[in-house]
Amino acid sequence: MNEVHHFRRVLLIWVVSSVIFTPLVVFVLAPGIPPGDGTVQSAGQVTDNAVLFGLSTPIALAVLVFFAYSLIVFRERQPEAVLDGPPVRGHAGIQLWWIVVTSVIVLSLAGYGTARMLDDGAGGGQGPNPIAKPDPSQPPLQVQVIAQQWKFLFRFPGYGGVETAHLELPSNRMIEFHVTSLDVIHSFWAYQLGVKADATPGADNIAYVQTKKPLGFDIHCAELCGVWHGYMFDKGAVVAPTQFTAWIRQQQVRFAPIRKSLPPYSTTYFPEPQKRAG
Amino acid sequence: MYKPCRGEAGVSAPGKRVIWVAGTAVLVCVLIGLYIGFYLTTSPGDASASAVRTPVGTQLYLATVAASELSDPHPTWVSYYQTDARDQNWHHATTYELPRNSLVHVTIYQFDGQSGLRNPFIAQATGVIGGSFELNGKPTRTIDPDAASHIFAIPQMGVSVPLAGIPDSAKNPCDNAPCPLSTDHETISFTIRTPGPGLYRWQCFVPCAAGYIDGFGGPMQSVGYMDGFIKVV
Repeated sequence: MNEVHHFRRVLLIWVVSSVIFTPLVVFVLAPGIPPGDGTVQSAGQVTDNAVLFGLSTPIALAVLVFFAYSLIVFRERQPEAVLDGPPVRGHAGIQLWWIVVTSVIVLSLAGYGTARMLDDGAGGGQGPNPIAKPDPSQPPLQVQVIAQQWKFLFRFPGYGGVETAHLELPSNRMIEFHVTSLDVIHSFWAYQLGVKADATPGADNIAYVQTKKPLGFDIHCAELCGVWHGYMFDKGAVVAPTQFTAWIRQQQVRFAPIRKSLPPYSTTYFPEPQKRAG
Repeated sequence: MYKPCRGEAGVSAPGKRVIWVAGTAVLVCVLIGLYIGFYLTTSPGDASASAVRTPVGTQLYLATVAASELSDPHPTWVSYYQTDARDQNWHHATTYELPRNSLVHVTIYQFDGQSGLRNPFIAQATGVIGGSFELNGKPTRTIDPDAASHIFAIPQMGVSVPLAGIPDSAKNPCDNAPCPLSTDHETISFTIRTPGPGLYRWQCFVPCAAGYIDGFGGPMQSVGYMDGFIKVV
C-alpha cells in the first residue's frame, strides 16, 4: 500500500465525515449554545459561534481522522521490527498549500470578526470613544454601571441620575452602558444580554445592547477582583417599557432620601475621602 | 510441566501500560472529584455563634471594633465580634446562625471611627423592616456618607445598613476589643426577616483596612474579620 493510497483514504474519510458532521454542528448544536437570542447582540454572538463552529469542525475532523487512521493503520504490531525510517524531507507543495489554506482561514476570520465588531460593537466594551455606534435615529437609554468590591450599582442619567441597587431595562430599546469602577478592575458581564465590558477605575467603558423581548438575565463579575469575587452577582430583567417606567419611578421615590448626597452624574468617580483607610 | 492457566499467561506490555494509564487517570479523577466534593460541601462551622431567642423575638448583638483583641493573630485588624445585650461576653465570630423565616432584631455597638463611603448611595439603609434603622435610638434612613465607618450588608437578602463611626473628636475611644460600653460608641439597631435555610454572605462595603492600600487589603480580604456568613437554619 503506497502513501498516495493512504492520503486518498484519509481525504475520503475526512470529506465524508465533514459533510455529515459540519451541518449537524452548525444547524443543530450551535443554535443551542449560549448566550441565546435575548438581544440583537447575543443573537449575533450565536451566529458568530455558528460560523466559527462551521469553520473549525472540518479542521478538527482533519486532525481527529488522521490521528485515528494513524493509530489503526500505522500501528506496528511487532515492536522488535521497528527500525529507523527514512528521513523526512520537506515537501514544497504541501508547505505552500498549508500556508495558503491557514492564511485564508485566519484572514477570513479576522475580516469577519472586524466587520461584526464594526457593525454594532458585538456587546463589547469599546472604551470612552466607541467606534461602532448604534443607529442615531434611536436615542439610547444611558445606564451607568458602577462596580465596587463586591457589588454592581446602576445609575440612570436620563432619570435625574437616580441610582439603583438592581437593574431593569426596557424591551426593544437600545441601551448604552457606561461601565466604571470605584476601586479595582471588575468586569460587567450579563451574558444573556450579550454584553461584557471591563469596569476600570477612572475609565468610562461604553457598550451597546439592543434589547428585544422581556427576559431575566444574570449579572456576574468576570474579572478576579478579590476574596468575594465569586459572590459578585445579581439578577436583572428586561421588562415592557411601561413596566420599566413604573419601576424607575418607584426607584426615584425609594432612594429620594439619599439623592442629595450623591455626587453629580459623571462618567467616572474618584471617591473621597479615604480618611483612615490607606 | 507448569502450564499457565487461561488468562495468567499474561498481559502484554502494551496492555500493562494501558492498565497503568487508565488506573492513574481514574485515581486522578477520584481525587479531583473528592476535592470538588469537599469544597462544595464544606461550610464555615468554626467560630460561629447563634442568635439569642427571647420572649420578644430573636436577638443578635454584634460589635465592630477598630482593632481586634491583643491575643488575636491580627490585633491591629478591624473586626466584628458577637457580644450580648450588655456588651459583656465578647466572642470573635463572623458566622452567625439565625432561624429561618423569622424576624431578627440586630443591635450593633459601633466603636470604630469614620472612614467615609466610596459610593454615597449605600448610606441609605435597605432591606430592613420599616425601611429604617435606629441610630442611638433615633429612627434613621440615611447617614452622612462621610461619617460612615462600616456597612453591614447581606447582599443575597438585600440587607444593607450603614454604621456611623464615632467622630474624630471622640474623647474616649476604644483601642482594642473587647470594648466596654463606657467607651465612645454608636448603637445601631434594626430588624430583618430571614429567608429560607441556606448560607448567606455578609460583608462590609467600606474599604476600612487601615494600613493597606486604599483600605482594600487585610481584614477586607480575609474571611473572619469584615465579612462572614449568615447560616439560616
